[in-house]
Amino acid sequence: MTRQMTGAEMVVQALIDQGVEHLFGYPGGAVLPIYDELFQQDKIQHILVRHEAGAGHAAEGYARSTGKVGVALVTSGPGATNMVTPLTDALMDSIPMVCITGQVATHLIGSDAFQEADTVGITRPCTKHNWLVKDVNDLGRILHEAFYVARSGRPGPVVVDIPKDVQFATGTYEGPARVEHKTYHPQVRGDQSAIRAAVEMIAKAKKPIFYTGGGVVNSGPEASRLLREFVRLSGIPITSTLMGLGAYPASDKQWLGMLGMHGTFEANNAMHDCDVMIAVGARFDDRITGRLDAFSPGSKKIQIDIDPSSVNKNVRVDIGIIGDVGNVLEEMVRLWREGKHSIDAPALKTWWGEIDRWRARKSLGYRQSGQTIMPQYAIETLYKKTRGRDTYITTEVGQHQMWAAQYFGFEEPNRWMTSGGLGTMGYGLPAAIGVQAAHRDALVIDIAGDASILMNIQELSTAIQHELPVKVFILNNQYMGMVRQWQQLLHGNRLSHSYTDALPDFVKLAEAYGGVGIRAEKVSDLDGAIDEMLATDKPVLFDCRVANLANCFPMIPSGKAHNEMLLSEDATDEAIATAIDEEGKALV
Amino acid sequence: MQPGSVYAIKEGKDVVEQHTLSILVDNEPGVLARVIGLFSGRGYNIESLTVSETEHLKHRSRITIVTRGSPAVIEQIKAQLGRLVPVHRVIDLSVEATAIERELMLIKVRGSGEHRSEALRLADAFRARVIDATTESFVFELTGKTDKLDQFIVLMQPLGLVEVSRTGVAAIARGPEAT
Repeated sequence: MTRQMTGAEMVVQALIDQGVEHLFGYPGGAVLPIYDELFQQDKIQHILVRHEAGAGHAAEGYARSTGKVGVALVTSGPGATNMVTPLTDALMDSIPMVCITGQVATHLIGSDAFQEADTVGITRPCTKHNWLVKDVNDLGRILHEAFYVARSGRPGPVVVDIPKDVQFATGTYEGPARVEHKTYHPQVRGDQSAIRAAVEMIAKAKKPIFYTGGGVVNSGPEASRLLREFVRLSGIPITSTLMGLGAYPASDKQWLGMLGMHGTFEANNAMHDCDVMIAVGARFDDRITGRLDAFSPGSKKIQIDIDPSSVNKNVRVDIGIIGDVGNVLEEMVRLWREGKHSIDAPALKTWWGEIDRWRARKSLGYRQSGQTIMPQYAIETLYKKTRGRDTYITTEVGQHQMWAAQYFGFEEPNRWMTSGGLGTMGYGLPAAIGVQAAHRDALVIDIAGDASILMNIQELSTAIQHELPVKVFILNNQYMGMVRQWQQLLHGNRLSHSYTDALPDFVKLAEAYGGVGIRAEKVSDLDGAIDEMLATDKPVLFDCRVANLANCFPMIPSGKAHNEMLLSEDATDEAIATAIDEEGKALV
Repeated sequence: MQPGSVYAIKEGKDVVEQHTLSILVDNEPGVLARVIGLFSGRGYNIESLTVSETEHLKHRSRITIVTRGSPAVIEQIKAQLGRLVPVHRVIDLSVEATAIERELMLIKVRGSGEHRSEALRLADAFRARVIDATTESFVFELTGKTDKLDQFIVLMQPLGLVEVSRTGVAAIARGPEAT
């Protein structure tokens, strides 16, 4: 399908041809022709944010919760530079996103024109790929390539930078059918002999474990289904990274909870002591492995990943399978059934016995007494009250994020949106807006901290304008809690600038934006206040005042191994002050 | 233990190897920036870099990079390069083939008397060609392996070396097949 049209028309046409229904953006001089086209159509709904970073994170939340490509549209210069954080965030967490940026006219490029920035130069290291379109006749093809690159292989963000004169120029539009990429063809099917070898290795294991990550969620719902099937067939315990939560149901008895720095005692010890580890769509990030030379020392490792650079990057594996997780799992399940494989039953029983002993330590235990709300209790209560509802959770970054990961149970994939790799404070509210735009009738909650929420609080205005009734559940301890925790661990409890002296009144703030503010200060208030929030049909800021000095445990102190966890019950002031040795202090 | 992670506390004891990588890319704007940005961004070494369009009609270029690192780092470099969208293929000429490597150098030497004739004699021994001459200087053109060029520079130093321009290493696999 080829047709004559302007560059701006091509942008809208390409989005329609790609099935885009929602677009997050902010207008400006260099994208006015595209905004003019958006004005004259009603197929795509544009959601006006209050800061370009909000558009980027909203597109991320949208993408993560739907499995579709998220789309953002921003202007040149500051519009584009404000997108750098969301782009980097999406790159780290493998979120498919197409970001369209306006650029000054081609003849002005390089002249330091008003609102000019070298967008492709700046975004090169924080995108999967990017394009500067200099000829309107290339625009259709490039836009369709952009969607293909964003969603194929290991998903990621891309930028298409379009000069204003190209938006005005008329040329030939190329539809999506004709686009076939010259170079980018990721390997989807895994190598058969490697898959066979992996299945046989698993069948011979005595202490196996599944270690799964965001790749399972990215691969689609079928991958989660196959993972569940394989885990149940084999009887093997399973743990997951922060990014992989929900791929396996948290209520299942084979689920060990999250692993890593703030993972459970049982998950980390099982990782340390296992004899065969099956890494599925997980990249051995440093939050997961802890000290590398003591990471699961006795195990054979199998890794399934669509990105060849993820295999053998931090940890050497015995069998690397390059391919799409869903595809490879399907083959594994088939071979497992065909070979009538099973794990040696007495060995598996002994293994589960060991795991049960670790479980008995109840590493997520905490003490709720008196009227001061413990943050863990707040999350557990929120979880209990929302069970059975169509719920999506986003978070900001910090202690509240870890507590949400630990105490909120996820039963399905695509229900948990968090900034894992980059750790971007300010992610949660715009991401929740993106989720709510895609799921109008769902319950969307941003579990936030009092510091993080202020980083993109302006997006509350977006939620009001577009009638997106997101709920922001703020665990308010008046500290940057995770910063404070690390100052206690590393810097002799000198709390340098981690206390916020002048927090706004969140209830009044919500009202000022046109939303609803709710506060809970006592345990006895909490249930009723959460009920009130859930019954409210508008955006809510929920100011949950929690114990100010609570810390996030269990924890693998930096530079330590999986079997050297610091548990809440042992975390005296003295233990915290000496948990990290000199070598570990240099680490993050 | 692998380098490149915050938890690689102790220095890796892996031997450092030198590898010559041949990277076939689509000759699109910014492709060289992507490749070298990857090296600087991830802390890899570039010992030598050569790039030029090699197939005009197919719009394809060959980038030859000589790099150093432990075997794990080299493996990671290749995987990271392979991930770049405009990259067709990455060939490790140090592993996948027996390769020939050549570099071209232009070197200016200024002097008179015995120095001048000694420079000329050495140039002859190294099969360098004189491509420019004045009564007090020569420009030699010399092709060969990197260490041969290095050696020639050392010899020219006391004889009035003025300046050097080198292309970096170009490499190709031996035998009848394309790599």
